[in-house]
Amino acid sequence: MAVPSVAVQRPPSILSRLAESRNALGLGFMLPAAALLLVFLTYPLGLGVWLGFTDARIGRPGIFIGIENYQYLWSDGVFWLSVFNTLLYTISASILKFVLGLWLALILNENLPFKSFFRAIVLLPWVVPTVLSAIAFWWIYDSQFSILSWALQQMGLIDHRINFLGDPTNARASVIAANVWRGIPFVAITLLAGLQTIPQSLYEAATLDGASRWQLFRHVTLPLLTPIIAITMTFSVLFTFTDFQLIYVLTRGGPVNATHLMATLSFQRGISGGQLGEGAAIAVAMIPFLLAAILFSYFGLQRRRWQQGGGD
Amino acid sequence: MKFTRRDVIRTTAGAAAGALGSRFIGSSAFAQEGLKYKPEDGAKLRLLRWSPFVQGDEDQWLKNSKRFTEATGVEVRVDKESWEDIRPKAAVAANVGSGPDLMFVWFDDPHQYPDKLLDVTELGDYLGKKYGGWYDGPKQYATREGKFLGLPLATIGNAIVYRESWVKEAGFSEFPKDTAGFLELCKALKAKGHPAGFTHGHGVGDGNNYAHWLLWSHGGQMVDETGKVTINSPETLKAIQYAQELYKTFIPGTESWLDVNNNRAFLAGEVSVIANGISVYNTAKVNKDKDPKLTEIAKDMRTTNLPIGPVGKSVELFQVTTAVIFNYTPYPNAAKAYLQFMFEDPQMPDWITSSAAYCCQTLKAFENNPVWKADPNNAAYAKASATLRPNGYAGPLGYASAATMADYVLVDMFAKAVTGQATPQEAMEEAEKRANRYYRV
Repeated sequence: MAVPSVAVQRPPSILSRLAESRNALGLGFMLPAAALLLVFLTYPLGLGVWLGFTDARIGRPGIFIGIENYQYLWSDGVFWLSVFNTLLYTISASILKFVLGLWLALILNENLPFKSFFRAIVLLPWVVPTVLSAIAFWWIYDSQFSILSWALQQMGLIDHRINFLGDPTNARASVIAANVWRGIPFVAITLLAGLQTIPQSLYEAATLDGASRWQLFRHVTLPLLTPIIAITMTFSVLFTFTDFQLIYVLTRGGPVNATHLMATLSFQRGISGGQLGEGAAIAVAMIPFLLAAILFSYFGLQRRRWQQGGGD
Repeated sequence: MKFTRRDVIRTTAGAAAGALGSRFIGSSAFAQEGLKYKPEDGAKLRLLRWSPFVQGDEDQWLKNSKRFTEATGVEVRVDKESWEDIRPKAAVAANVGSGPDLMFVWFDDPHQYPDKLLDVTELGDYLGKKYGGWYDGPKQYATREGKFLGLPLATIGNAIVYRESWVKEAGFSEFPKDTAGFLELCKALKAKGHPAGFTHGHGVGDGNNYAHWLLWSHGGQMVDETGKVTINSPETLKAIQYAQELYKTFIPGTESWLDVNNNRAFLAGEVSVIANGISVYNTAKVNKDKDPKLTEIAKDMRTTNLPIGPVGKSVELFQVTTAVIFNYTPYPNAAKAYLQFMFEDPQMPDWITSSAAYCCQTLKAFENNPVWKADPNNAAYAKASATLRPNGYAGPLGYASAATMADYVLVDMFAKAVTGQATPQEAMEEAEKRANRYYRV
């Protein structure tokens, strides 16, 4: 007697179940990005934190020394000077870049003739490589050949050359000015993009209600621009806090460390001086400041009541 | 700073021809007696060197490399980098174990990563024996515990460069030989409107050379023979006080000067006396036909060694460069053969001649190179290798000496005191504290 054939339904394999799972597929697509983050972000950061706890030197892995590097930095005047310089540099330059960038953005948002041309011009400092602009400023600030000093002398405003980079106060102001010049376009163009997303009808309605220009800015422009400001300033603060090239070319941290930022000091001690552990510790010490800056910019400036025009 | 100013120069136009030729050392162009390294099959070398200050140096180095390629078939690619950027590049290469096969490094770099460098003791001993021995100073930078970590390539001498007519105008018939007379001269020059200018900024070469001369000429030292920090001393105090007096005669702004500022100020006629390599004189000489002002300056320029201080003898730092081979190179034999070839006669003497007194020989047999008598101004640089005192004197070279210099401990000590940001005592104490960190007290 023939046995009737029965189709046996085999349970799907793990592989085919995984292939059909939306979650697994999603995870699969995420893996390359996660791997990249792990290799290029998490690993270097973790390595930096680890090195900060060691006496590693160039060409030598070093041994765990706990918080000795941080203890030394705590008592190191040059380190604290670099912290002060970094904060002064970041706060002053960021405020100036914001104020001037916003002002420029508001002007460029008006119906000006040759609007596109002027917008392109504004971008110039941003597109010039940092090293080139730093070299240009180096000449502008040169103690003997400064064109700025020369022009002021020709105009009879000063009777001797300004010691731009030799005097500690002047040097700090000079590097901040160079950073502001370079960073304004980023703020201006980003805020301009934000300004253009604000519906014109809001201005028309407010104008019909008799709002002044200041009231338009205070109660329409600013609240709607705040999310963009938050993002722009977050990046602006990050770029400024971690600036390296400008200082390296202009002063190498001098005179007498008056312009050393944490980034340049970290490089000087970690790479040029070969003290990898200490250099890493300085770099790691930047993290709390950076986090604070990000949290302030990102969350503080995005508070909803601000955006709705209310006081805080 | 972005490190993308590399200007790649390929020196391998003759590689194809060379590849057809002998693959081992021994052809007619490389037929000297002695060591023979057989380059690995298919060997290619990459060398990173510093950008030249005197064009003849680079041109001749490339010519010599081409000769090597023609003799052995080994391609050599020579890249160059600003000299101040060599140190971080070398440090990274040593740490990650990847990069150029050979590099020209500075000062005590070889002592920072001795385990990462190929032992070239056999070659160092061979060249030393064949060419009259190495000068002690450059040799110290290149050797550790009796082993050659690299080959001492050259010493870049540093000397006083001055305007003869202005010195005479200041009432000095000849340049003073001692520090006391030197101070009087600088005062007189300043009174005549021709100030001096020495770098108090973070200039790797000029800043360090000047600061070490100030310290050593007064008998001060960063550490003693055992590596104990001794910077806080009466001798250092005297050096600082002298620096304070001298600083008053300077053109304003020297606290911000990096390595190129003094050259520029001098060639613009802004300062009368600087301390520098021969490059500043060469720039004036080479470009004198393009600019009548430079013709006048070049004619009026004179060089001499830095004055002798209370210590009673000439004591100066000078930049020393060492050619090293990283031990990650897949072609150690080819790299050694290349260095051997470049140090042998006639390559090395040709290179010294073409460097126009910028690169001083490290092998004693080459001291009679005609370049030292070709121009009276070259003479001040002729004995740089013989007279230099290594960094971190009187202690050993190593991590600590390198880090102390890289962190500008000495440069900042003087700068802080001369600009009035600290008293001499405070400046010394801070330097002592910073140096102790590196010398690990």
